[in-house]
Amino acid sequence: MTACTERHTPSVVVTGLGAVSPNGLGTSDYWTATRQGRSGIARITRFDPSDYPARLAGEVPGFAARDHLPGRLIPQTDRMTQLALVAADWAIADAGIRPGELPDFDMGVITASSSGGFEFGQDELRKLWSLGGQHVSAYQSFAWFYAVNSGQISIRNGMKGPSGVLVSDQAGGLDALAHARRQVRKGTSLIVAGGVDASICPWGWVAQMASGRLSTSDEPARAYVPFDAAARGHVPGEGGAILIVEDAEAARRRGARIYGEIAGYGATMDPRPGSDREPGLRRAIEVALRDAGVEPADVDVVFADAAAVPELDRVEADAITAVFGARGVPVTAPKTMTGRLYSGAAALDVATALLSIRDELIPPTTNTVPATEYDLDIVLTTARPARLRTALVLAKGYGGFNAAMVLRAVRQ
Amino acid sequence: MPVHEFTLDDLRRILLAGAGVDSGVDIDGDILHEQFEALGYESLALLETGSRIEREYGITLSDSTLADATTPKALIDAVNAQLAAPSVAGL
Repeated sequence: MTACTERHTPSVVVTGLGAVSPNGLGTSDYWTATRQGRSGIARITRFDPSDYPARLAGEVPGFAARDHLPGRLIPQTDRMTQLALVAADWAIADAGIRPGELPDFDMGVITASSSGGFEFGQDELRKLWSLGGQHVSAYQSFAWFYAVNSGQISIRNGMKGPSGVLVSDQAGGLDALAHARRQVRKGTSLIVAGGVDASICPWGWVAQMASGRLSTSDEPARAYVPFDAAARGHVPGEGGAILIVEDAEAARRRGARIYGEIAGYGATMDPRPGSDREPGLRRAIEVALRDAGVEPADVDVVFADAAAVPELDRVEADAITAVFGARGVPVTAPKTMTGRLYSGAAALDVATALLSIRDELIPPTTNTVPATEYDLDIVLTTARPARLRTALVLAKGYGGFNAAMVLRAVRQ
Repeated sequence: MPVHEFTLDDLRRILLAGAGVDSGVDIDGDILHEQFEALGYESLALLETGSRIEREYGITLSDSTLADATTPKALIDAVNAQLAAPSVAGL
């Protein structure tokens, strides 16, 4: 059984999932909706978007923080932190862990962030300018902060091991999970990791508009269509996923159910704008495959970043076909049902990839009618049954971040 | 002019608005002599509470006043002492 190619680095696995998504609150609702191709994209309800050029978003439905969190946490947390805390609770429960029974320093928290607590910050800034500094909440000191989700999850669950935050836009979800794997390999037995973002408020919205990549369509079924000739930017969403990352041997010893292994990871930066060098995504994929010890032919499905900006779709399609060949691997983008979740997106894609492996089903890319110029085998409209053992998740962050992660089925 | 007295109910209202309450704590119970820490309020919660009292009552509470008031009774007394001070009463 022990091949000479076996790696000496310990295997790191995912044992718990907590998803909060525009098309489903909780992993079960999310996965049911995603398998069925049900979208969570609609006109913004959290503020009146009439005067803004982009008016659609993916909002997490039916989330009332008071139903899930203690009263002391509500006044000191932004919506993104409330969602992250609940996703972490669900992931911990899903993994069958009782943090109180484990050594404090054997558990860490590593999340991704892209904007911080914008809605909280917006309210406090409004008070600062309309009422004066005395009216600004003491909790503004950390409620807006990038690292606040890691901090609050850590405090709530008594986790004092290695913790931190990765800020690399959409690539962050993979970067955080990769850093969690690194910390587990260095000896921490369990890391709570992933990403949750939520900044659908006027301040957050104008900050996102500055990228120039938001879709201005008012048709939920045509607004976010990556790899389509009509691609015109993305619809932002809120949510993400928190995962439990553990040493494989430790997980087996405690009899944990294992979703799959974080088998490979690669991260690269794009060359500077205007450079004639190749973008970095292909290299990130190749590094991740090499790290996992798999060949392109071993990969059963690719979860695309799916920017829906024509130049970026072209870059991604070129990277995929360069590695896998024309129509060489099934490609999907379930985020067409949620919008782009920034730091939450890739963490949710990883959760989705693990559920896909479990259920041997590739969830669909909705609404897209692929342009003929892309030689991609995109899984469209309905889920495709497939024997899945190895999945690749891609993520590109604004500013040139590329990340790729290989997830692999584990024999229990 | 009679000075409005700062009561336990005022403190409860401000604690709830600024810092919330933990599910295991009976904020309406006999909390006068409990430690804030035992009620689930850490230093930042007390900073926020102090700041809300200051702006509602037009007084100034020094950092040491806030740090020394470790129970509702101590904080209420400190606030009432400020309210009774001539500089405030004379406003």
